[in-house]
Amino acid sequence: MPRPLEPVSQSTRITLGISFFVLFVAAWAFATLGGFVSRTFLADPITMVQDGWLLLTRFGFLSDIGVTVWRVVGGFILAAIIAVPLGILMGAYKTFEAFLEPFVSFARYLPASAFVPLLILWAGIGEMQKLLVIFIGSVFQIILMVAVAVGNTRRDLVEAAYTLGSSDRGVVRRVLIPANAPEIAEILRLVLGWAWTYVIVAELIGSSSGIGHMIIDSQALLATGQMIFGIIVIGIIGLISDFLFKAFNRKLFPWRLA
Amino acid sequence: MSSTILQIDNVSRVFPGVRGGAPVRALEPTNLQVAKNDFITILGPSGCGKSTLLRIVAGLDRPSGGRVLLNGREIKGPGADRGMVFQSYTLFPWLTIAENIAYGLREKGVPKAQRQEIVASYTEKVGLRGFENHYPKQLSGGMQQRTAIARALANDPEILLLDEPFGALDNQTRGLMQELLLGIWERERKTVLFVTHDIEEAIFLASRVVVMSARPGRIKADIPVELPHPRHYTMKTTPEFSSLKAQLTEEIRVEAMQAEGVH
Ligand SMILES: Nc1ncnc2c1ncn2[C@@H]1O[C@H](COP(=O)(O)OP(=O)(O)OP(=O)(O)O)[C@@H](O)[C@H]1O
Ligand SMILES: [Mg+2]
Repeated sequence: MPRPLEPVSQSTRITLGISFFVLFVAAWAFATLGGFVSRTFLADPITMVQDGWLLLTRFGFLSDIGVTVWRVVGGFILAAIIAVPLGILMGAYKTFEAFLEPFVSFARYLPASAFVPLLILWAGIGEMQKLLVIFIGSVFQIILMVAVAVGNTRRDLVEAAYTLGSSDRGVVRRVLIPANAPEIAEILRLVLGWAWTYVIVAELIGSSSGIGHMIIDSQALLATGQMIFGIIVIGIIGLISDFLFKAFNRKLFPWRLA
Repeated sequence: MSSTILQIDNVSRVFPGVRGGAPVRALEPTNLQVAKNDFITILGPSGCGKSTLLRIVAGLDRPSGGRVLLNGREIKGPGADRGMVFQSYTLFPWLTIAENIAYGLREKGVPKAQRQEIVASYTEKVGLRGFENHYPKQLSGGMQQRTAIARALANDPEILLLDEPFGALDNQTRGLMQELLLGIWERERKTVLFVTHDIEEAIFLASRVVVMSARPGRIKADIPVELPHPRHYTMKTTPEFSSLKAQLTEEIRVEAMQAEGVH
């Protein structure tokens, strides 16, 4: 029996992680191929793979994937560029925090998807509108989470920096930022995951390309295999970006693991 | 009589009451003069305001009354002229040992070549050769505190402030660290203010032991230690050392009893 908090080896970890996927697909295949669920509502795994292959080879789904990835990454980077510095300023300077925090806390609860109709009105149905949905969905979350992280910096480290001759700006630049860099990277990883849900919503309405658009098109054709393939593709891209983010963080912040 | 470098002038500190409680008088008006090259240990029972006094000298806390003068100039805030070593481990975890020691030099804008030279010399002095590229987490507590001392010294401060730097270490390591610090002081003749509640440590290191009373803290006795330098750990068993220890034990006992409300 495993004991609480006891670590497992890398190989066991991978085997266990994969076996759940296998179990999941097996249950799915059993339910659909076994005839327990109507094909109209849920395609079986084999149909899904066939549909997916068709999508990729015949219907140019790869370019849809490309468009969606670019929207997410574009909107997300835009949000990060604005939100990270603001969050750091808010965490470091309490007057700044007192000024912005109430508004940001309020804005954080505005549902990004509810902005879609408004944004279509403002920005049309072009790329700008898609980017803005992602932006609105991410920017306030990042600001707030970064501000909290920076605000919780160990006080004794800040004091040590002052006694070593740091100026106020030096403390921000050489203590608050590096001390919280791994946490900020972790926040970005988390929010990027959420950005994926916003992009699909943005693409479901008023869009002529992207994964979300394909899913809506497939719904009209009752092509559940295609729809599920689209959803799974999003999951896989999310998994890959997560993996890359983690690998990148490990490389960037070796002291965290030391 | 050598020249005064640090003058503590009627410094007091009252902390406001917590949740409507009575204000805490942590420090009664306190006077202390520190001469250049003095090694002063501040000895007192827990909660008597030792850390408070040291933090005020460092500029990390403001006195409620009085003032502190360093070389005749009033202290308004923290600065590189007063190096501090804290009781807790305060190395920057994202910097290597060498980078930690170089921190203050970088803030000062010392050129890289010179920085490396100074860092190398202090890594050597605190016996951390070969650990330059380790991160603090990879070091033992004693090694981390040695790095913290090197980090403060590399800045070449006017005065070195140490707040129970060896408090969390075991007895053997503690003894070695005392000898290391004393060795550095004997060679470089820094001015040092060292807070401790360990009587042996206070005597072994000091040229003057200042005893503080139980809260509200104030200076109760100021005892010169005339033991010759260089000091070796065997000194702790000499009769002179023992008689000083007996004297200080008595002073401290009274205070500790008062602090605990025993009469
Ligand atoms: N920030 C604070 N707010 C309120 N009271 C405080 C604060 N800091 C210290 N005190 C009070 O001041 C008194 C002196 O504290 P101080 O930390 O200076 O003691 P100390 O002599 O360093 O004790 P120790 O040996 O246990 O470290 C204590 O009674 C403490 O409760
Ligand atoms: Mg203390």
